[in-house]
Amino acid sequence: MISRMANQKVSLDFVFHALADPTRRAVVQRLSQGPATVSELAAPFDMALPSFVKHISVLEKSCLIVSRKHGRVRTCSLDHQNFADAEEWFGELRTQWASRYDKLDSLLTHLSGGKRDA
Amino acid sequence: VEGNVTPDLRFDFVASDDNHTITVKREFAAKRQLVWDCHTKSELLDQWFAPKGLTTQTKHMDFREGGYWHYAMITPDNQKFWNRLDYKKIQPIDGYTAKDGFCDETGTVNANMPSADWDVSFSDLNEHTLVTTIVQYGSSDALQSALNMGLKDGLASTLERLDELLPQLLAS
Repeated sequence: MISRMANQKVSLDFVFHALADPTRRAVVQRLSQGPATVSELAAPFDMALPSFVKHISVLEKSCLIVSRKHGRVRTCSLDHQNFADAEEWFGELRTQWASRYDKLDSLLTHLSGGKRDA
Repeated sequence: VEGNVTPDLRFDFVASDDNHTITVKREFAAKRQLVWDCHTKSELLDQWFAPKGLTTQTKHMDFREGGYWHYAMITPDNQKFWNRLDYKKIQPIDGYTAKDGFCDETGTVNANMPSADWDVSFSDLNEHTLVTTIVQYGSSDALQSALNMGLKDGLASTLERLDELLPQLLAS
């Protein structure tokens, strides 16, 4: 796992930037269900296409998604390996916080005399 | 996946609007004063702060603006990882800000190690308490090395499966 971290392809800067925006999060969520064309991805958003394409471009730079052009149609898909790597980073931190807070739950229960809602 | 004692309590963990920022929100089934005490008194912090498998031991605690908490997280084979939390602003029982960094046993901060700014706030949620922690890393390098060290130090345990973690990452 350490060596994999060292050979990290994903730039955390880009990943943060990519996932900080609700439109881009929605795109990633949609692509987690399978590939889609840019027009399909853009359809739910009330946004000019050039603005939407900028979001796609940010996601591509973050290496979270890849796109291919066939004729005039561009199809996007999630880069599952890179997405998994990025998730592993966040997942590790999340696990630490979840674990710490589970211990605080137990302490609070103990301090409250064992009552759940004291 | 580890069993959560109280699986119905809210827990959000998201990358937020600013770069290098992680926002952690957690609901606790206790009144705000008690949750505040658990975050600010060393005898209570020692009972929960280190993640599962590690214990917390306070060497110095001075909870006031300009003061600091110097503590070790200790592995089962008695390896100690020293940390220091320098308190900046304190508003009982609403919140505090602090700088989190790695140090040695004497409390000397290692400037080569990543540090993060914490903004922790406490609010009432009916009879419960919501704790919001905004962790701001100085740079992506700082965050990356923090995580690398986390893995190296054996803090890594179960990694959530993709489909379990996805909603957490993508939650607005």
